[in-house]
Amino acid sequence: MNWHRTFTVARTDLRQLVMAKDFWMPMGILGGIFFVIVPLGLLLSITSLGDVGAVQNIANTLELLPAQAQEQIKGSTPQGRTSYALAVFLFAPMAVVVPLTISTAVGAATLVGERERGTGEFLAHSPAATKEIYLGKLLASLVPGYFTTMVGFTAYSLIVNLIVGPEVGGWFFPTQQWWILMLWVLPGFLLIGLSLVLRLSGRVRSTAAAQQASGLITLPLIGISYAQASGAIYGTATTTIMIGAIAWSFGLISTWRGMSAVRRQRLLGVADGV
Amino acid sequence: MSSNPASPAVALRGVHKSFNDQPALVDLEVVAPDGQITVLLGPNGAGKTTAIRCITGAMSADSGSVRTLGHDPDRNGEEVRSQCGVVSAKPALYDRLTGTDNLRYAAELHGVDPRVMKDRIRVAAQRFGIEHALDAQVGGYSTGMKTRLALARSVLHEPRLLLFDEPTSGLDPESAQAVLKLIREMTGDGHTVVMCTHHLVEAEGLADHVVVLDAGTDLVSGVPSDLTRAYWPEDSVEISIEGDQSTLSDLTVLDGVRRTETTSRGVRVVLDSPCFTPDVVTALTNAGARITRVEPHEPTLEELYFAVRKTARDLGEGRVEEVVR
Repeated sequence: MNWHRTFTVARTDLRQLVMAKDFWMPMGILGGIFFVIVPLGLLLSITSLGDVGAVQNIANTLELLPAQAQEQIKGSTPQGRTSYALAVFLFAPMAVVVPLTISTAVGAATLVGERERGTGEFLAHSPAATKEIYLGKLLASLVPGYFTTMVGFTAYSLIVNLIVGPEVGGWFFPTQQWWILMLWVLPGFLLIGLSLVLRLSGRVRSTAAAQQASGLITLPLIGISYAQASGAIYGTATTTIMIGAIAWSFGLISTWRGMSAVRRQRLLGVADGV
Repeated sequence: MSSNPASPAVALRGVHKSFNDQPALVDLEVVAPDGQITVLLGPNGAGKTTAIRCITGAMSADSGSVRTLGHDPDRNGEEVRSQCGVVSAKPALYDRLTGTDNLRYAAELHGVDPRVMKDRIRVAAQRFGIEHALDAQVGGYSTGMKTRLALARSVLHEPRLLLFDEPTSGLDPESAQAVLKLIREMTGDGHTVVMCTHHLVEAEGLADHVVVLDAGTDLVSGVPSDLTRAYWPEDSVEISIEGDQSTLSDLTVLDGVRRTETTSRGVRVVLDSPCFTPDVVTALTNAGARITRVEPHEPTLEELYFAVRKTARDLGEGRVEEVVR
């Protein structure tokens, strides 16, 4: 295993993505909608509405949250408690949806794209091993989604602290659970999704087919991730770490299997069934 | 780099390869001598590209033996591919990257020392006349520039074996000529070149060694001059005359003339020896013929190619080498 070649493949793929305005513009817009526009609108509305019926109703529904989660909620006013709960609990799943959506879009096109452009021939004749190519492509698919999420998350943290912070006695975000979710749980789920999508990308005949088929993998995965991310935020730090460990285990096994699934002939587009 | 005639750079023996039960290579035998240009000549679908892919180990043969630079590419693929430079039929370049980025990518994958990489890129680009466009995105290159960049990329890591698959495909005649000249120059540096083409004119004069392929099988292989001599062992001259052609048909009565064959430009006279040529010319002049051309017949690779393919068709299938010999 030559890690230099793996990073070379990853770096070159990333450089191509940077050069593709038609890729990173929608990616930035997606991140902006989920991490800035929607939270900003919702949190501003709630904090500026005051103690009206709607906010009171939402505050009442907070009692449906698990006791452990209710204990974490800060704030002395209904709008303070409501905006805190929304900031910490409601938006957790978006931290999973955004990177999975972006990364699978990149990953789905990565191997089949090489074949479609004819550059698979270059890689197939290169000394790089197929597992080095696979891992390089996986890294290059993971980075844009994770990077966008981290940038978005930083912006989200600022918004939350600036809008909700004064209501609950100062800056409070990210909470411990969020740190674990972003740095431990999320990469695990990304790894599961991407390892599966890349295997798919190596098998199908066209990028369009890869995009379609990757939806079949990512939609259920987004559902599972959504539920697990919510659970991680509601639960204890130990629960969150456990969820992350399980995700990493599945992700690593799937990546290991994926490394041996990519064959040189598939880069050329002449493997049986391709 | 030094050539070693005793050990061929490439040896494919009895290679079979099928795709979904469709045979692509059938009992293929290819030997590419070290330090020479071997041309794989054949129509589209003859198995030239598949042969190249088997040589580097990009694809595995179903059966038979492949030895490249002394290695089995299936077992020592990394070792083989690190010593090969390949230019595919499509240049296989990354359009969104610049010329420099494309070259650097290849150099890094081949493990070129970072300290010499910049120099290597500059020298390779200069050699193929592409240095002025290195900072531009490859998507804006012309077909000729892309081919030159692909050629530059193939030599960056100083490979021993160069494999060119239809390197002049899509090029205008001038660019194609320039590319062929560069390929010829490379053997001067000690490189072994295996080149695929279906352009007979390209192979003529370039090939030190030729393998004629059809339907995945080698029909004939060897040094072009040896092959043409084996196919046409008799001496002959081609004669063209103006006006009445009937005098040409009486030549068989002359001493030293074995037979005549009508061609599109006159007649080919097969002789016992070239020294009978003046007698033939004198006889024709005395008979009132106005001779416009007398030329010793030196068979071209093109004639050889078509003759070999015709023989193959007449035989049904398999090699024609035995018939030639």
